[in-house]
Amino acid sequence: MSKYTEDDLKKELETKEYEYGFYTDIESDTFPVGLNEDVIRAISAKKNEPEWLTEWRLDAFKIWSEMEEPEWANVNYDKPDFQAISYYSAPKKADPNKTLDDVDPELLATFEKLGISLDEQKKLSGVAVDVVVDSVSVATTFKKTLAEKGIIFCSISEAVKDYPELVKKYIGSVVPKTDNFYAALNSAVFTDGSFCYIPKGVRCPMELSTYFRINQSGTGQFERTLVVADESSYVSYLEGCTAPSRDENQLHAAVVELIAMDDAEIKYSTVQNWFPGNAEGKGGVFNFVTKRGICENNAKISWTQVETGSAVTWKYPSCILKGNNSVGEFYSIAVTNNYQQADTGTKMIHLGKNTKSTIISKGISAGKSQNSYRGLVQISPRATNARNFSQCDSLLMGNECGAHTFPYIEAKNKTAQIEHEATTSKIGEDQIFYCNQRGIDTEKAIALIVNGFSKEVLNKLPMEFAVEAQKLLEISLEGSVG
Amino acid sequence: MELKEKLVSSFLAFESTVDTKSTVHDIRTKAIKDFEAFGFPTKKVEAWKYTSLKNVLKNDFALFSKNEVAIEYKDVKKYFVHDLDTYKIVFIDGVYSSHLSSTTHDKFDVCLMSSALTQNRFKAVIDVYFNKVAKQDGLVSLNTAYSKEGAYVYLPKNVAADKPIEVVHFSTGSETAMLLQPRNLIVVEDNSEVTIIERHQSLSKNKTFTNSVTEIYAGKNAHVDYYKIQNDTTNASLIDNTFTEQHDHSVASVHTFAFGGEITRNNLNFTQKGQGIDSILNGVTILEGKTHVDHNTLVEHTEPNCESHQDYKGIFDEKSVGVFNGKIIVDQIAQKTNAFQSNNNVLLSDKATVNSKPQLEIFADDVKCSHGCTIGQLDESALFYLKTRGIPEKEGKALLMYAFANNVLDSVKIPQLKNRINALIAEKLGVSIGFDL
Repeated sequence: MSKYTEDDLKKELETKEYEYGFYTDIESDTFPVGLNEDVIRAISAKKNEPEWLTEWRLDAFKIWSEMEEPEWANVNYDKPDFQAISYYSAPKKADPNKTLDDVDPELLATFEKLGISLDEQKKLSGVAVDVVVDSVSVATTFKKTLAEKGIIFCSISEAVKDYPELVKKYIGSVVPKTDNFYAALNSAVFTDGSFCYIPKGVRCPMELSTYFRINQSGTGQFERTLVVADESSYVSYLEGCTAPSRDENQLHAAVVELIAMDDAEIKYSTVQNWFPGNAEGKGGVFNFVTKRGICENNAKISWTQVETGSAVTWKYPSCILKGNNSVGEFYSIAVTNNYQQADTGTKMIHLGKNTKSTIISKGISAGKSQNSYRGLVQISPRATNARNFSQCDSLLMGNECGAHTFPYIEAKNKTAQIEHEATTSKIGEDQIFYCNQRGIDTEKAIALIVNGFSKEVLNKLPMEFAVEAQKLLEISLEGSVG
Repeated sequence: MELKEKLVSSFLAFESTVDTKSTVHDIRTKAIKDFEAFGFPTKKVEAWKYTSLKNVLKNDFALFSKNEVAIEYKDVKKYFVHDLDTYKIVFIDGVYSSHLSSTTHDKFDVCLMSSALTQNRFKAVIDVYFNKVAKQDGLVSLNTAYSKEGAYVYLPKNVAADKPIEVVHFSTGSETAMLLQPRNLIVVEDNSEVTIIERHQSLSKNKTFTNSVTEIYAGKNAHVDYYKIQNDTTNASLIDNTFTEQHDHSVASVHTFAFGGEITRNNLNFTQKGQGIDSILNGVTILEGKTHVDHNTLVEHTEPNCESHQDYKGIFDEKSVGVFNGKIIVDQIAQKTNAFQSNNNVLLSDKATVNSKPQLEIFADDVKCSHGCTIGQLDESALFYLKTRGIPEKEGKALLMYAFANNVLDSVKIPQLKNRINALIAEKLGVSIGFDL
């Protein structure tokens, strides 16, 4: 990736509208709107799924129908009409035996616009990209290199066909169908997503990455990601999202399940930049995601996220520290501007002995946005010597936004050591003055200070992502000063 | 019959015992309707997530005491700060005890709610302040509906109370299970000052459930110092709803010392209506056995240039449960607010539980707000150090716990009261340290 300079930023700042707000005209194979058992059967049939999965989906649908949409989160929005959404949309030219050459040239152009040219990615950054457009995986690269190591990295629908026993064993084992409203919905209607399996003792040689986009108007996206790291393996997984500018609200309800077996380590990084709605708060994506990982003995799961997009975010990547000596980490930057609302955080459930967890959450609110941290640290009676450190810092820009902290701390073991601290502040005028004095204008000074504020989290991102994330922070906060 | 139905249907009988012509009558009638709609809080309510009243509400409570019980001062002397000269308002099973009390109407009023609600000369104050600060929820509405007795303290402008006021509620077990609903009103007008010590004490093994509401009004430059001592038996449950409204440059502090009780819930609310206000909320909780203490605080900063300080320390042994649920709200116009919240806990047993939920809701940007929460153990090396100096483990632990709670204890301004609290803590920890701390 070429170096990002200040001039580039300046150029970008001139175009105030959502940067990635273009729309590619691809003929889509889209279902009529609405959700019922027939639609679910049709999705399942369309994807040639085995009987057990169809039943599993129908069961999830039954559970979902009896559930009510949760209202506890600190967000306000018009509830989506689940009967006004089309639950399946696939680019027509998707070919099961796809190679890069088979991919619709128009799509490739879209990716180039997004700065993720597959060729370039392949050659320069050594990242295998499983590109997802409107729920169907259209290109998978580096599959061969990975296959040599025995690593499976493919779309979940392929995995259902090729590795049904693995999928059947692990799907829904961390996030059960009954978990919550959106997880149940996802279980019923998920159309695609990624599947990753790292065999015993293998260290995945490259960062695995998927790009999600929403492209077809009026289609919700229901991704399902399943990452299984077998004993003593290691994988770093990147996920990035961009979505085109659109007027009506779009729903995104993904489920991500991570399984880290004994001595395994999973690093899961997200940069989320869905369309946040325009400056008047119109439009934007609803992002209701359930992400959870389970750690066996000596395993480690690390979540890193940079959340800059979406009109409404509702996301709590969690770790179940089941095994002894397991480690959970959560590093997050959530930026909200204009009318965005974010309610995000994590859950650390300590079950095993000598388990450790770290939570670093940085919230930046600007404009008229509301940014909440909501987290749970739970130490069960058997989790001796559990250790937790949480830090939640909020930065407020302007006096119309809000920053909120809702930590829940539950300790049932006397050997637990828990620390939680939170601060709320604004960028000091003296800091800006200091920068101005040295010839740095206010806008850049703020970018500089925000970068410093978020450094602890940015440092945790893989290199390629860190650059992109910094850029995103600057763009998201642009125009919020003054 | 369920307690709720019993309370609703007994309302008419209660009304007939009080003056139905006063303005309070309308407030009571509305309140019982509100209670009927709200009911008792359940664990499904977010603010009651960690505290269940289910077991307490199962009892068949008597709402009024049938027998009058007399208590001799010498029997209950230890529950007063007896080495301190104070005004006293004492209730036995919810009924005022004149021979234990010492009230005044000289310069300011220290008397009874029942007088204040019925006598004409208090009407002006009651009309302005009664049931104005309290936020209505199920329990507060219930108390309002049955509001009849409690402490009434009124300080007009520019008066400092010459001695502290003790408010003590005894329950004698004259009924197998008794529901008490004291209602207190403390009005401190501009430039006035008062110190109040409140205590609830059960003298028998019979069940007692107290649902108390206290409204505190602090005018400009007023100083209110309020101490709550909660060291009741494991048969007594207490829900203490305290609402404080403060005006320009007033300082109000509430210190809660919670050492016992089956279930103790402190709903402590501060509303700041003016500038330059300081609100102080301190608490020490030391529990053992099957006890449960829940501190639920809310501080609302609605105007600029104010401060709030919260410091809650908890030590939990055996099967005790400690809950801290603190909330700070900073409104958009409340710029330059400094709000601090700290909750530190020590767990001494594997069966003990701490649930902490320190929350911030901030809508203004030029503020300094922070909260911290820790759960941990006593420092092993410090304990070892004390042992090498010949201090036995038990005493060493107690010393460390004193040190842990010390900055809250330091905020107690009356030396005699501080001694009493130190003695209570020593009794709790089962040690005699042999010197004053």
